[in-house]
Amino acid sequence: MSTVAVEVPALPDVHYLNVSYGWRSWLLTTDHKRIAWLYLLAITFFFFVGGAAATLMRLNLIEPQGSLLEPATYNKLFTVHGLIMIFFFLAPAVPAVLGNFLIPIMIGARDVAFPRLNLLSWYIFMLGGSVFLYAVIGGGVDTGWTFYTPLSTTYVNTNVISAAMGIFISGFSSILTGLNFVVTIHKMRAPGLTWFRLPLFIWSMYAASVIFILAMPVIAITMVLLMLERFFHVGIFDPALGGDPILFQHLFWFFGHPEVYILILPSMGVISELVAAFARKRVFGYSFVAFSSVAIAVISFLVWAHHMFVSGMSIYAGLVFSALSFAVAIPSAIKVFNWTATMYQGSVSYDAPMLYAIGFIGLFTMGGLTGLFLASLAVDVHVHDTYFIVAHFHYIMVGGAVMGYLGGIHYWWPKMTGRLYPEGWARLSALIIFIGFNLTFGPQFILGYVGMPRRYSVYPAEFQILNVMSSAGASILAVGYIIPLIYLLWSARYGPPAGPNPWGAKGLEWLTSSPPPTHNFEETPIVTEEAYAYAQEEA
Amino acid sequence: MSEGHAQALVAEQFDDVEQQRGATSLGMWVFLATEVLFFGGLFCGYTLYRGLYSSAFEAGSHLLKIKFGASYTVMLICSSLTMALGVRAAQLRRRKALLIFLIITILLGAAFVFIKLRYEWYGDYLEHLVPGIDFAPEGENLVVIQRFGAALPHVSLFMFLYFVMTGVHALHMIIGVGLLATLFILAWRGHFTGGHYEPVEISGLYWHFVDIVWIFLFPLLYLIGGRY
Amino acid sequence: MWQGFPIRPDQASTIAAGWDHLFYFLTGISIFFSVLIFSTLFYLAIRYRRRSQDEIPPPTKENLPIELTWTLVPSGLCVVIFLWATSLFIRNSRPPEASAEIFVVGKQWMWKVQHPEGPREINELHVPVNRPIKLTMTSEDVIHDFGVPAFRIKKDVVPGMYTTEWFAATQTGRFHLFCDQYCGMGHSSMVGWIIVMPPDDYERWLNSQVKVESMAAAGAKLFLQLGCATCHVAEGVGLGPPLQGLFGKELKLQNGKTVVADDAFLRSAILNPIPVAGYPPIMPTFQGQMSEDEVLQIIAYTKSLATSGERKDTKR
Repeated sequence: MSTVAVEVPALPDVHYLNVSYGWRSWLLTTDHKRIAWLYLLAITFFFFVGGAAATLMRLNLIEPQGSLLEPATYNKLFTVHGLIMIFFFLAPAVPAVLGNFLIPIMIGARDVAFPRLNLLSWYIFMLGGSVFLYAVIGGGVDTGWTFYTPLSTTYVNTNVISAAMGIFISGFSSILTGLNFVVTIHKMRAPGLTWFRLPLFIWSMYAASVIFILAMPVIAITMVLLMLERFFHVGIFDPALGGDPILFQHLFWFFGHPEVYILILPSMGVISELVAAFARKRVFGYSFVAFSSVAIAVISFLVWAHHMFVSGMSIYAGLVFSALSFAVAIPSAIKVFNWTATMYQGSVSYDAPMLYAIGFIGLFTMGGLTGLFLASLAVDVHVHDTYFIVAHFHYIMVGGAVMGYLGGIHYWWPKMTGRLYPEGWARLSALIIFIGFNLTFGPQFILGYVGMPRRYSVYPAEFQILNVMSSAGASILAVGYIIPLIYLLWSARYGPPAGPNPWGAKGLEWLTSSPPPTHNFEETPIVTEEAYAYAQEEA
Repeated sequence: MSEGHAQALVAEQFDDVEQQRGATSLGMWVFLATEVLFFGGLFCGYTLYRGLYSSAFEAGSHLLKIKFGASYTVMLICSSLTMALGVRAAQLRRRKALLIFLIITILLGAAFVFIKLRYEWYGDYLEHLVPGIDFAPEGENLVVIQRFGAALPHVSLFMFLYFVMTGVHALHMIIGVGLLATLFILAWRGHFTGGHYEPVEISGLYWHFVDIVWIFLFPLLYLIGGRY
Repeated sequence: MWQGFPIRPDQASTIAAGWDHLFYFLTGISIFFSVLIFSTLFYLAIRYRRRSQDEIPPPTKENLPIELTWTLVPSGLCVVIFLWATSLFIRNSRPPEASAEIFVVGKQWMWKVQHPEGPREINELHVPVNRPIKLTMTSEDVIHDFGVPAFRIKKDVVPGMYTTEWFAATQTGRFHLFCDQYCGMGHSSMVGWIIVMPPDDYERWLNSQVKVESMAAAGAKLFLQLGCATCHVAEGVGLGPPLQGLFGKELKLQNGKTVVADDAFLRSAILNPIPVAGYPPIMPTFQGQMSEDEVLQIIAYTKSLATSGERKDTKR
């Protein structure tokens, strides 16, 4: 057979997407890759619902008197925005979509340890999401995503129990996914794939899965107690009956703080992959980055009361939690420096995933540094519950986690679909998102410093100019999010075929076809080299 | 022959029996870790309120019927014994022994749940000791509460924690009984005669865990305030 | 401050300037490191941009000294910030000895302010400039938060307990008061003003208020009305411990513990009676029979008994 000078990539004849058709082949699938798609569709839907809530909020905040919405409606919107974005978008985004798709492939396995449990996780997620949507459509909930008592148990008339039930149910989805990942990573690595040869995405996912396992059950029992208290009014959180509203805060934040590390660690894992691939270099300080992930997971359980510095706790307790909160910042700083240093003497390309990665590193740094303000006892008093906090966590969650997610989606899109997305549009969107994001949330740091409280639907007139800037930024950000929805959908059907390794990257996932066969590899790979072994080419 | 039979029972994501065994075992241990955290929140609340309202907790403990608590403890410890013997039987591929031990464990677990709901909890309800539904202690119970100088709302808190903690535990027992019933059916069909005993082993782990939770609940709820 | 563009809240309390210094230091560090990281990223991305598809960069070498440097330098920085912030916090956490007291009850969705001399305010607090003011606060319903950005103070206002904060205003004027803990429908309207006046103006304002009896006097009336005087007698031996000189002193409880009879203790003693050593445990609870304002008045009355009258030694 004559050889062709240039090989034109083509999709394999049979792969996991076309091996079978029909509702049942998708809704009863145990293939982790198809389950990843099921999650992708669900969370994209939830993202735009949560985004719609945010749009209405920012429109309302253009006017100091908030003429667009009633306060009651506004309160429901910020509650629903927070709950949806955290539980039904960000928590599953990287783990359940990218994690599900990639973890088995990256370790050379055929599937996760418990494929049927994996499918059950998705159904539990959908059930929880449906119950929560029922709560929203049936009137909404307006307690804030933190459900503080006794407001949520005794003083609101909204759908607290069904909202809490939705959260409770979806929590089990996360627990089972975390369990699945931990067992998969421990037990199903390919021959030769020792812990320190694993991609850093796996390390981050492992650390995040440990947090899933230990933190999610606490929100589950907290929601149970909340629902029981709201229904029976026994008084466990009601001071009039001898209960302690601060107990709720401790229980909630014991989950709540590790939760935010669930939201960022997987995206950090993505960044490690992106930086290595698009600088064609092994991540600088591999073991430091790996250990930092574990350190973050451990220390994250020790800092919860920094959300409660002004709640009336003792000074000594405040001291301890403040010190530990500084400690948790250090591993994240180590990661940022190592990612940056990876580009040194590298071969850097400016594909969209790398733009997202660079954006992540910078914006996460800004968000993380503002965390130091909050760990500082004295400073936190002034900015607590103001827009400073809102800006801080959005820099990490949106400037960080969401950009990491988008970068990962773009990077692995060719692997997942077998097709390339349009690079020009992707770079444009990344830029629009970066600009829109900073315009939206940058002014909010100042707003918080000058005193504007969060969860306010009306505000003093002198704060208007900063609010208008923020809302203008939000409109740009919204455009930035809509464009990828369009071109990614288009490219899934019409994009040019990608071939097994369009990026020239290292990693087991790039050794198999795009899209991969159902069992991921024709033959189980045997690993003989380090992760990101870019430089070790035979002469 | 048995080797091939065992090989046929390896799920396709696993390379071999070893990997499957290791994975399912680790999976159950990780799940039990989540359960520790789940119950942990309740023990946290218990610790806080017992510290704040110790006399109310002691009074409340005296309102519970120790004969029930003690018999549950005996029943559960025995059921853990029969469960462990069942796991052994499965390892030794002894179908009849496995069936017998499973059925005794199931019966003990089911009896636990039945007695708890039908006699203990219903009795508490008749004595108006159910917070949120009907909490109005009278007669002997009221005397006990007054003897400890406890405030009624705080005793109500104790009873609330009692019902929630033992209720969540009972829910886990019911799930455990269902799990074992499924195992029984599989064992009846000879599923565990080929050396494939992991489901029995990990169900045993779950059962022992639920038992251990009871070992904590019993003294903390039934035995405080000089009750022994 | 730019006209119309808010960049900094007023520095209107004794702690504000010191607080701002720390804030600016943190801002400086944040800007420095953000610029450092972004510019390094851009520099490296440009300097090492891919020039051909086949180029293979040199291998990455782990570099322990660099890792240690960028671990220890941020750690050192964190220690500095922690110590600075903590010392500020501790120094500012205790109200000065000679603080005037104001009592605040938050409820959905308004602030009720009580001056000990008697005047009450809704959503406003008049105070004299340059005088430390200690706020003792509780809520009637959900958790609120009494926040004054210009003073850099904020504290949750929690039902079932007292929380305290203090400030000493250094500028006259009107300063925003915000509820800073989401409390339901009217949360954004639960705002008000702190009005700081020169001392003379303040005295004049105080005297111009509608003549309301002082908190202690109101408390004295309640004391009789609710039957407290039956057991807590002024002279002789009563069924309850005497209250003369009680406030601020140590008290031994029946369970052996010793407590200080402060605001928080007195509140819980009224609403959730705790047996005191040497007295029968027969005090009824007044939960549900008194509002938080009334509890504060009784406590004010008890404080007024601090130095008055002789009492027979009735501690058994």
